[in-house]
Amino acid sequence: MELVSLFVGLTFVNNVVLSKFYAICPLLGVSKKPKNALNMGYAVTFVIFLASIITYLLYYYVLTPLEITYLDLITFILVIASLVQFVEMFLKKTSPEIYKSMGVYLPLITTNCAVLGVALDNISAGYTLIEAMVAGLAVPIGFTIVIYVFATIRERLDIASVPESFKGTPIALITAGIMACAIAGIAGLV
Amino acid sequence: MKKFDIFKKGLFAENPIFVLLLGLCSSLAITTSLTNAIGMGMAVICVLLMSNFIISLLRKIIPNEIRIPVFIVIIATLVKCVQMIMNAYTPELYESLGVFIPLIVVNCIILGRAESFASKNGVLDSILDALGMGLGYTLAVVIISFFRELIGTGGLSLYNPFDASQVIFQVSFFSDYAISLFTQPAGAFMTLGTILAFIQFLKVRKANKAKKAEVK
Repeated sequence: MELVSLFVGLTFVNNVVLSKFYAICPLLGVSKKPKNALNMGYAVTFVIFLASIITYLLYYYVLTPLEITYLDLITFILVIASLVQFVEMFLKKTSPEIYKSMGVYLPLITTNCAVLGVALDNISAGYTLIEAMVAGLAVPIGFTIVIYVFATIRERLDIASVPESFKGTPIALITAGIMACAIAGIAGLV
Repeated sequence: MKKFDIFKKGLFAENPIFVLLLGLCSSLAITTSLTNAIGMGMAVICVLLMSNFIISLLRKIIPNEIRIPVFIVIIATLVKCVQMIMNAYTPELYESLGVFIPLIVVNCIILGRAESFASKNGVLDSILDALGMGLGYTLAVVIISFFRELIGTGGLSLYNPFDASQVIFQVSFFSDYAISLFTQPAGAFMTLGTILAFIQFLKVRKANKAKKAEVK
C-alpha cells in the first residue's frame, strides 16, 4: 500500500517536471510532436529505471563498504552515460526512423536532470531497493505523461493566434505554469 | 577589444538562460529568493571557470571520440569539490539549494561551453568566456528571483551566505498583498515566460524599426 502511494505521489503529486523542474530542456525541445514525445518518454523510462537500480546497488554495495561515497557523482554520471550510449546503439540498429527523429535529444538524455536527480534522490531519501525501483518507474512515467500532454497542447497552440511577443517558448512556459497549477491542485486532494 | 567581446557576449547577446535557453532546470528551481540565486550563481561561476580552464588546457590531449565522457568526468569532479566546500562553509545555503548543487553536473551550460568553446579555444579566451557566461547566468537568475521574491513575498531580503543569521538587507513593501503562487513552481514558469516574452517584444520592435528605416 505504501508503495502504491509512493508511486502515485511521484507520478502526479510531486511530478518531477512540474514541481521539481527536472528535465525542462527535453520538455521544451522534443515536445513539438506527440509521437516524438512518447518515444522520448519510452527511452527515458528505460534509462531511469535501469539507472536507479544500478546506482542504488553501486552506492550501497560498492561505494559505502569502501568508504568512497564522495565518488558518487562521478560513478552515477558514468553509469548514466553508458546506459544512454546503449539505448542509442540499440535504437540505431532496431529502428533507425525513431533514432533520426529524436536527433540530438537522444544523447542529451545523459544531461537530463531527471536521470541523475532520481538517482541522487533515491539515496538522500533513504529508500530501500524496492522503493528505489518504484521511484525509478514512477518518475519517468510522470515525465512521459507530462511531455505527451504538453506536446498535444503545443500542437494546438501552433494554430492558435498568440500575441507576437509570446510566440514560441514564452507561451510554452506559461502553459507549463498552468499545468503546474493543475498538479498543485491534486496535491490538495491527497 | 576582441577579448572584451568574448566576455560581453555571455552577458547579453548570448545570455545562457534568456537567449540560449540552457540550464533552465536549476534557474527555475532555485530562484525562490535572492540569496539562493546569488549562491547558485557563484557555484556555477566557480565550476564553469575551472572546467573551461582545465578543458582548454587539455583540449589537444583529449581524443575526439571520447571527449564527452571525459568532459563529464572533469565536470563531476569539480562539482563534487564545490559541493563539499559549500557543505563546509555555507551550510544554510547548501541545505536550501539541496539536490540542485550536484545537478550542476548536468547543467547544459557547463557541458555546452566545454564542447562549443573551451575545446576549440585558448586558455585565456576560455576563462573570459566562462566569466561572461557565468555572470550572464547569475544576472538572469537574480532577475528571475527578484520578481519572484518581490511578488511572492511582498518584499526583498539578502542574507550573508556564510552566516545565515547575518542579514544584509530586508525590506517589505506589500507583504499583505503577496501572491504566494509566485514562490511555487507554477510562478517560476510564468515569471520566466513573461520575461522571455518581454525580450521577444524588444527584439520584434527593433526589427520593425529597422524595416521602417529601410523603407524610408
